[in-house]
Amino acid sequence: MTAPSVLYDMPGPRARQRNVLYAALFVLVFVGVAYLLLAAMNDHNQLEWAKWSPYLAGTDAWTTYLLPGLGGTLVAAGLSIAMALPIGALFGIARLSDHAWLAKTAGTLVEFFRAIPVLILMFFAYQVYVNFTDIGRDIRPLYAVCTGLVIYNSAVIAEVVRAGILSLPKGQTEAALAVGMRKGQLMTSILLPQAVTAMLPALVSQLVVIVKDTALGGALLNYSELMASVSEAAAFYGGNIIATLTVVAAIYIVLNSLLSWFASWLERWLRRRKKGTGAVVGGGGMEEQVPAVGVGEGMGGGL
Amino acid sequence: MFDFLSDYDVLGAFWVNVQLTVIAAIGSLIWGTILVAMRVSPVPVMRSFGTAYINLVRNTPLTVIIVATSLVLNQTFQITLGADNFDDQGFRLAALGFIAYTSTFVCESLRAGINTVPVGQAEAARALGLSFTQVLRIIVLPQAFRSVVAPLASVLIALTKNTTVAAAIGVGEAALLMKEMIENESDALFLVTAMFALGFVILTLPTGLLLGWVAKKVAVKR
Repeated sequence: MTAPSVLYDMPGPRARQRNVLYAALFVLVFVGVAYLLLAAMNDHNQLEWAKWSPYLAGTDAWTTYLLPGLGGTLVAAGLSIAMALPIGALFGIARLSDHAWLAKTAGTLVEFFRAIPVLILMFFAYQVYVNFTDIGRDIRPLYAVCTGLVIYNSAVIAEVVRAGILSLPKGQTEAALAVGMRKGQLMTSILLPQAVTAMLPALVSQLVVIVKDTALGGALLNYSELMASVSEAAAFYGGNIIATLTVVAAIYIVLNSLLSWFASWLERWLRRRKKGTGAVVGGGGMEEQVPAVGVGEGMGGGL
Repeated sequence: MFDFLSDYDVLGAFWVNVQLTVIAAIGSLIWGTILVAMRVSPVPVMRSFGTAYINLVRNTPLTVIIVATSLVLNQTFQITLGADNFDDQGFRLAALGFIAYTSTFVCESLRAGINTVPVGQAEAARALGLSFTQVLRIIVLPQAFRSVVAPLASVLIALTKNTTVAAAIGVGEAALLMKEMIENESDALFLVTAMFALGFVILTLPTGLLLGWVAKKVAVKR
């Protein structure tokens, strides 16, 4: 028999007894905390069936509040990633340019926008639309949320693209130049197609970050998405704030878990398949971390 | 041009972000270490709890967590965390939310760090008869910590930026002040934004540089 982990030996009779004791103590504490929580919920009438039934036993709450909210979340996230991808790719490639002025400018912009909280960018975008455009009141929050997310995530994706291109074996560039390709041809027909597949998992992981960040728009910019539907639904169903928050959090968790699972499946699939160079830029399950390949001064991505 | 600045306490607002960052960083380092110890422990119940906690909390938007601290802990359960005024109360609730959220990323970094420690280290420690807690405390974690300074620096920088989310429950920090300022002084929109953006660059850039240097210094040479 092999040991279950390198960190401890195969438990013998005494260790097994001790582990059972620890497990029992842990369960005791856990149940105690859960009991306190449920008791507190009961004291404040949050356990009544009437507070949970709209979500668990009916469809009205879903069709009136949650699904339109989820739609808002998906629209903002989808639009943002669709716009951030090409812009990010452009900046990522510009950063690898042979022209120092272009590489430096792109690099500075990318590092600058990665250092700024996305909320600041959203507030800024909102006010720009108020001051300088006649975009309507109702649609303005969507514009502001998307603009903030696009600026921030373009910078993050630029780093992913750069890491993707740098992760390719050097022989690819050398072979392309040896057969007489120009720099543009090298990028568009050799490096980019391979880099895009290599960075797919990291891009899907970034989508999780984007989905989570759309909640900011709901809480602070009156954008009607899932987070914003919490207060509306809770007010309508008699202050069932805990039930509403639990259901909404569960929707986010399911959505993001599916995305994370898909990202790691993609990563495994790309590593396994025989075609290609085997270069993969993983999301690594640590989505706030931009891939470690040559990340400038170690600026953090977005949690 | 800069006259209106005297009406606002910009430095004070940024100081709130700094305080939130420091408190949440210390708290999440402690809670994250406990979580990672659970995740690699020989007790299955603790392992499951650790995994479940990480997967649930990490996939919830930080905004939801922060708003929940206010709406659930404070307004429903009347928990004030010992604060006697609105500002302190929001600050403490937000700090609690940041610790709960950031600790999951600290835990994941540490777990990756544990995987970088060569198997022989743990095997040698076990051969000497050290128990699980001893192996972790004396041999594995110290080496793991040294190899995760750079990833933890990214987490810290992300945390610094995330402290702006406290605006969602009305904590008077930089982003909330900026919102107020650009609404009131709309002709100074670009100036105000540049100022706040620069403030965050000033907060995050030295952290990245300093910890990048520390990471190189303390990295285990193998």
